[in-house]
Amino acid sequence: MKFFLKKTITLIITLFIVSLLAFFAFSIIPGDPTAKILGMEASQAQIDALRIELGLDQPVLVRYLDWLGNFVRGDFGTSYSYQLPVRQMLADKLPITALLTLISFLFTLVIAIPLGIYSGSVKSEWLDRVNATIDQVFMSVPQFFIGILMCFVLGISMKWFIPGNYVSYSSSWSGFLYYMIFPAFSIAIPRIAMTVKMLRSSILNELGRDYVRTAHSRGCSRSVILRRYVLRNALIPVITFLAISMAEIMTGSIIVEQVFTVPGIGRLLLTSIGNRDFPVVLAIVVILAAWIVLVNYLADIINQLVDPRLRLQ
Amino acid sequence: MKKKLNSFICVGGVLAVLLTLLFLVGLFWTPYPPDEMHAMAKFQAPSAQYLLGTDNLGRDVLSRIMDGMGTSFFIAICVVLIGCFFGIVIGSLCGYYGGIADAILTRLCDTITAFPAMLLALIVISITGGGQYNIILVLGILFIPSFARIVRTEYARVRDLNYIQSARLMGVSTFRIMYVHILPNTIPVLLPAVTIGFNNAILSEASMSFLGIGITPPQASLGTMLKDSQSYLRNAPWFALCTGCAIVLIILSFSLLSEGIQQRNRSRKI
Amino acid sequence: MKKPILAAILAVVLAMGSLCGCGGATSEAPANSSENSASSGEATPAPEAKHANEIVVGIPQDLDSLDPFQMGTAGTREVMFNVFEGLIKLNPDGSYADAVASSHSVSEDGLTYTFTLRDGVVFHNGKAATADDVLYSINTCVASTVNESVAAALSAAEVSVDGNDIVFTLGETNTDFLAYVSNAYIVPADYSAQATAPVGTGPFKFESYSVQDSLVLSKNQDYYGTPAQLDKVTFKIFASTDAELMALDSGALDMVAHLQYDQISTLSNGYTVLDGTMNLAVAMYLNNAVAPFDNMLVRQALCYAVDIDEIMAFATGGQGVKIGSSMFPNFGKYFDASLAENYPHNVEKAKELLAEAGYADGFSFKITYATEYEHPYGDMAAAIQQELAQVGITAELNPIEWASWYSDVYKGRSFDATLVGFDTSVLSATGMLQRWTSNASKNMIGFSNAEYDEAYAAAVACTDDAEQTALYKRCLEILNEDAANVYIQDLAEYVVINPALEGYHFYPLYIMDMSTICVK
Repeated sequence: MKFFLKKTITLIITLFIVSLLAFFAFSIIPGDPTAKILGMEASQAQIDALRIELGLDQPVLVRYLDWLGNFVRGDFGTSYSYQLPVRQMLADKLPITALLTLISFLFTLVIAIPLGIYSGSVKSEWLDRVNATIDQVFMSVPQFFIGILMCFVLGISMKWFIPGNYVSYSSSWSGFLYYMIFPAFSIAIPRIAMTVKMLRSSILNELGRDYVRTAHSRGCSRSVILRRYVLRNALIPVITFLAISMAEIMTGSIIVEQVFTVPGIGRLLLTSIGNRDFPVVLAIVVILAAWIVLVNYLADIINQLVDPRLRLQ
Repeated sequence: MKKKLNSFICVGGVLAVLLTLLFLVGLFWTPYPPDEMHAMAKFQAPSAQYLLGTDNLGRDVLSRIMDGMGTSFFIAICVVLIGCFFGIVIGSLCGYYGGIADAILTRLCDTITAFPAMLLALIVISITGGGQYNIILVLGILFIPSFARIVRTEYARVRDLNYIQSARLMGVSTFRIMYVHILPNTIPVLLPAVTIGFNNAILSEASMSFLGIGITPPQASLGTMLKDSQSYLRNAPWFALCTGCAIVLIILSFSLLSEGIQQRNRSRKI
Repeated sequence: MKKPILAAILAVVLAMGSLCGCGGATSEAPANSSENSASSGEATPAPEAKHANEIVVGIPQDLDSLDPFQMGTAGTREVMFNVFEGLIKLNPDGSYADAVASSHSVSEDGLTYTFTLRDGVVFHNGKAATADDVLYSINTCVASTVNESVAAALSAAEVSVDGNDIVFTLGETNTDFLAYVSNAYIVPADYSAQATAPVGTGPFKFESYSVQDSLVLSKNQDYYGTPAQLDKVTFKIFASTDAELMALDSGALDMVAHLQYDQISTLSNGYTVLDGTMNLAVAMYLNNAVAPFDNMLVRQALCYAVDIDEIMAFATGGQGVKIGSSMFPNFGKYFDASLAENYPHNVEKAKELLAEAGYADGFSFKITYATEYEHPYGDMAAAIQQELAQVGITAELNPIEWASWYSDVYKGRSFDATLVGFDTSVLSATGMLQRWTSNASKNMIGFSNAEYDEAYAAAVACTDDAEQTALYKRCLEILNEDAANVYIQDLAEYVVINPALEGYHFYPLYIMDMSTICVK
């Protein structure tokens, strides 16, 4: 219990520090948001009025606390460039990226776990080598290039989908899911390769342990040993790895969204960076950070739950 | 077992040498000037004249890839040097002396490495602005923790070993112990970290340039080229495919190398 | 399909003449009207199934604001034209039709404009339009900072309400006054959510908007005039024209406007291609306020160094019309084709001028353009970069996002040179020329020329049409003589539309009117 409490406090502190750093960093970027909102033609009086309205006349720390207070209450401010509430924009975009991440994660799970177990349990020098080579190749292809290859092969040549097109979930769920398959796969492929490699070496590692030899000498069959003892232990590091993968997949989706022009968090983030749309960027950064910290937190906790040895410490 | 280990190093090494040669040649000579446009030769498919075809402005793709590799290699090398140097300094001090500073710095490194480097780089670059030197600086700094962590672990492991203790008793200066006696011992773990770091730097730069916040045109970079080429996938697929394959080959060669070295390390320990 | 297009263009040209009140004006119709229509290949037959009464239109640029008084970009204005209306609204032929007003009249001295409010105009939120709403809208428009020329023209008039009549009393005549009134959109007075859920009186009403994704408009069932034919129009926002083209070619889009020649030549789905010109003054705009472009000799040298024909051949397939000054050919009353010939390509002359200006060894500068408009602006910039290298000038390309361009270059004026095209939101010479007066806030290049200011002021004050035209033309000459910018061309524009649809009209302004489009 003490452990959970400690971790939770760390989580909150980390988030607090991230938001503080981000807020200060973005405050020192040159460029006055009032010029963005009012345009060049605005008079000084208008600018001053707006500065007061936005609270820009306050010191940074006061602004930060204000922002934090509003943020915690769910008010993320108003976008400078779209003049829409940031919360509304995020409510629109977050599900897209979240679903993309989720689908991609499911692909990774469904494909990598069986493949990893299979490649780890089958004893064959030849298969091992093929496996390792394929793994290396797939791990080396950047996700955005896989995306481009997909657009070319599946989109342009085979006409399975239209590159650059996007079907919003509000208009058609099936169309949306169909169009999410391709970016999700692009993100998943390197993760699958990594997970397979990880699982394989983890299984091989466990197979070389003493308890396996003991079980063998007691007459347990190989498959029983695998199922009953090895997999349980071999999966522990993989589960942690997969949990942390969620953070990497989220990052991957930001890039891949650009390839498939999926209007999710990633594209909004990049555009807002370009626009220097401070409230939007800040909100996204904090949400992403929260996601990553949370995923790491979950990984820690899962680790605790599945590996009793760690609980003693 | 031994034969397989070598195959990774061999293939990776050969590829890496070939690519490095291509990069070195590209510094002095390219088939065409990389920025030269030929209005009449837009979107030429690969041929004897243009080995990898031409792009949307009639520029030779091979020449631009060679030029872009130059940018990518330069950035990656600088990033690894910065990361490695400061990583060694910080890691060695923390590992050797330990204490509160070590605890805090380790904590900090752990927190930073928990965030995907790509995402951090993206956000920091958005604040500092793109361009070659900003990228080097930002990535270099972001790569310090990963090196520091590795070096620290090694130093913490080694500092109480007998030969170090005896060296200390013999009155060898701390500096000498740290950087003459211990440092060479970290090379087996540092080497794969360097190749992985190199790959990550190549990938991060390419990703940022691909997203349009990294290298600014007209400087050629594999990432910006890939970004441009995406628009011409229909009428000039070779543009994207060749550029993408160049990135894949670079990353593949160095990841094979690092995999090979790691495997050799493992077999040595056994 | 070819004939109606030509007819439409002709109508526009004629309308220009009639609008401007000088029957003798001629305009250069786009010369490229033939061959292109066929080029999209009749290989695939038109889809046979009857088209649904909903269409999807591709647009290559996100909207900047939904608020009718905050819309800054032409890309936003052209789609929101379907939602908002002024007292009067522009016709495709350049004349003005009554909209929220049922009739309008001008007094003989040209100083009093009377608009009678139409009965039964209902806003999209169900509220009936009143004279108070009109008054509120005019005042809000005047107070807005986005469309300065409209605000300036309207604020010069005194507005009064007399029952159902809205009367504008001008201090001095303004021949373009109707154009400005048409830009003051009428919105309900007691409605504060224009930025998120805009409400107007147009043939379409706002349905939904998702940033970077789409804008959905639906038919306004209660429209007072001829109702729209389509039930729903979805404007899909694309990150690049190329993605948009792929979607168009595969049939996911029904219509895309503002396409370039080399873009439509790659299409193969048998869609109908309509052609016109974009009504843009595309130029490499030079920041006249900073060195070295504060030196006229340098600017002239640039004009000589740049070979417009080659740039057009390179970037736009030689399509479009050279301009030479801030005016586009469809505005035949003022357009002077001969200005484009004043700076023939001459490397030696350019070098001489540079030497004279003290830049014998050249200099370096950045050409900024928006990545969303990689074609043709990026291509033009690349070509210019090469040509300038011949005279020893190093140009660095600086592609940035459209939104950054808008804030940094256009509003912030922090740039050396930028490639972009200017249109006019108001069909008047002032729309193109007011921008370059010394203290105009839109004068992003910081152009400052006393003679220009004088000629412009005289033109605006002038009541005699011929004299006024001559003065405006003089303004254009000054821009050319002073080499304010490196003027390039007006772009050829193509609209590609599903063959199952018809009824698209070209406007002399940046407008995409969906109300006349229908399924065949």
